[in-house]
Amino acid sequence: MLELKSLHVRYGAIKALRGISLEIKEGELVALIGVNGAGKSTTLATIAGVLRPVEGTVTFLGESIAGKTPEAIARKGISLVPEGRAILASLTVEENLRLGAFIRRNHQEYLMDVEENIALFPILKERFHQLGGTLSGGEQQQLAIARALMSHPKLLMLDEPSLGLAPIIVDQIFDLIKALHNRGVTILLVEQNVDRTLEIVDRAYLLNTGTIQTSGSANQIRSQVDIEAVYLGDQ
Amino acid sequence: MLTIDFLINTLSLGSLYAMLALGLVIVYGILKLVNFAYGELLMIAGYTLYILGGLSTTLPWFVIAILAVLVAAAISYLTEMIAFRPVREKSLTAMLITSFAVSTLLQNAALLIISPRARAVPLPDFFSQSVALAGSNIPIRNILSIVTAVVLFGALSLLLKYTVLGIALRAAADDFRMTRLLGVPANLVISTAFIISGFFAGVVAIFWTARTASVTPTIGAAPLLVAFVACVIGGMSNLLGAVVGGYLYGIIYSLLSLWLPQYLLDYREAFMFLIVILILLFRPSGLIRGNASSERVG
Repeated sequence: MLELKSLHVRYGAIKALRGISLEIKEGELVALIGVNGAGKSTTLATIAGVLRPVEGTVTFLGESIAGKTPEAIARKGISLVPEGRAILASLTVEENLRLGAFIRRNHQEYLMDVEENIALFPILKERFHQLGGTLSGGEQQQLAIARALMSHPKLLMLDEPSLGLAPIIVDQIFDLIKALHNRGVTILLVEQNVDRTLEIVDRAYLLNTGTIQTSGSANQIRSQVDIEAVYLGDQ
Repeated sequence: MLTIDFLINTLSLGSLYAMLALGLVIVYGILKLVNFAYGELLMIAGYTLYILGGLSTTLPWFVIAILAVLVAAAISYLTEMIAFRPVREKSLTAMLITSFAVSTLLQNAALLIISPRARAVPLPDFFSQSVALAGSNIPIRNILSIVTAVVLFGALSLLLKYTVLGIALRAAADDFRMTRLLGVPANLVISTAFIISGFFAGVVAIFWTARTASVTPTIGAAPLLVAFVACVIGGMSNLLGAVVGGYLYGIIYSLLSLWLPQYLLDYREAFMFLIVILILLFRPSGLIRGNASSERVG
């Protein structure tokens, strides 16, 4: 479904990605793990069109999307929930959802999708007419995911969805990701919480300073790499 | 002292200033660009009045006026497409300098093609008539500007609240990148903002040129300054701030005209800016702050 080939991305003089190649098949739940600064968020931002690669290709459903605008890529069916959630604070929950459905123009379908999302995230019904900025962190994360789902993405990319949330909310978020995966949504997940992530994913890529150090199933990753050592910086 | 005609005149002035400020801030909110070519949109609307008024004596005035507003909106859209869009990705400074360039270019075009001298704009009879209200004579023009402002603010609020495009405009002012990630085209949002901006400039131009019944190439300078100062007083971060700032500017200006002794009236602007400085000392980001996203803990 999505294929990156030797992707290079720079921030000015700093090389953030040095030849990333990876692949996600339809229906898969794949994680990018690695320390801060490994290039995980950069990879997602490049796929979403926020950053432009200096080299390499991004192919989505057989079509090259590298260098296209974020709005064009969103229309192709890729939805990014950025780190920090990026809730539109001065818009109500309802308006956030409505904008999430911007690329779909059918109002009947929109209303059905709202119903469906409210069933999935009951808290959003309570907060329906509240401003996004007044929601708690966990509520905002649920809204961000619900908003992304409103566009019926073919590929959902989640950047650190559990960051800064209370443990009980983190559990909910991981359950939710698993549930979405079981429903057939293709997901590319970036997470700091490596243990929890490896429990739910099909495969994972371990990034280190802009390159892919290793990849494979959760068990393969666990057996090849001492995860704790990676995060303590021994590598 | 605070008579009904003073009240109406003040509100009328405030309405014009508020519309001016709104037109400036709607672009600023999204692009963070203070469009210095904004005043020239008023000039273009003014010259459209002059040209159409001279060309045709059969067109009713209100048709000419509507056309002038539409021309201002169209030119605003064209400046965005031709001048601002190519430099948008570069830097804010590049856009700011571009806006100076567009301003200078349009002014010089008017000097060259039309004339440095003032040209008369057509005015309908009712613009110079008054009605008696509670013992005072109120110019119809002033009532009209208040009504126009109220109607346009109402229409804009509805647009921003109930249409997807309007919601997208507000979202873009909040977080432009996220708005694009949701599939909202950057060009659509920015073009819409420029068109609304030009529309407000055009509407104000009709009342602004009516004061002297004429238009000159430099007519845009004063309204640009008014709009900018009103935005700064009210707060650049939202539309309500611009409107409040515009009315406040009008009220302060009117009160100064009323209270200053005759020999100080020439220094009205200096007093005006003194008050602006005082406001900014105590509220550096303007009177109305944006919706600061305060996240609850939980």
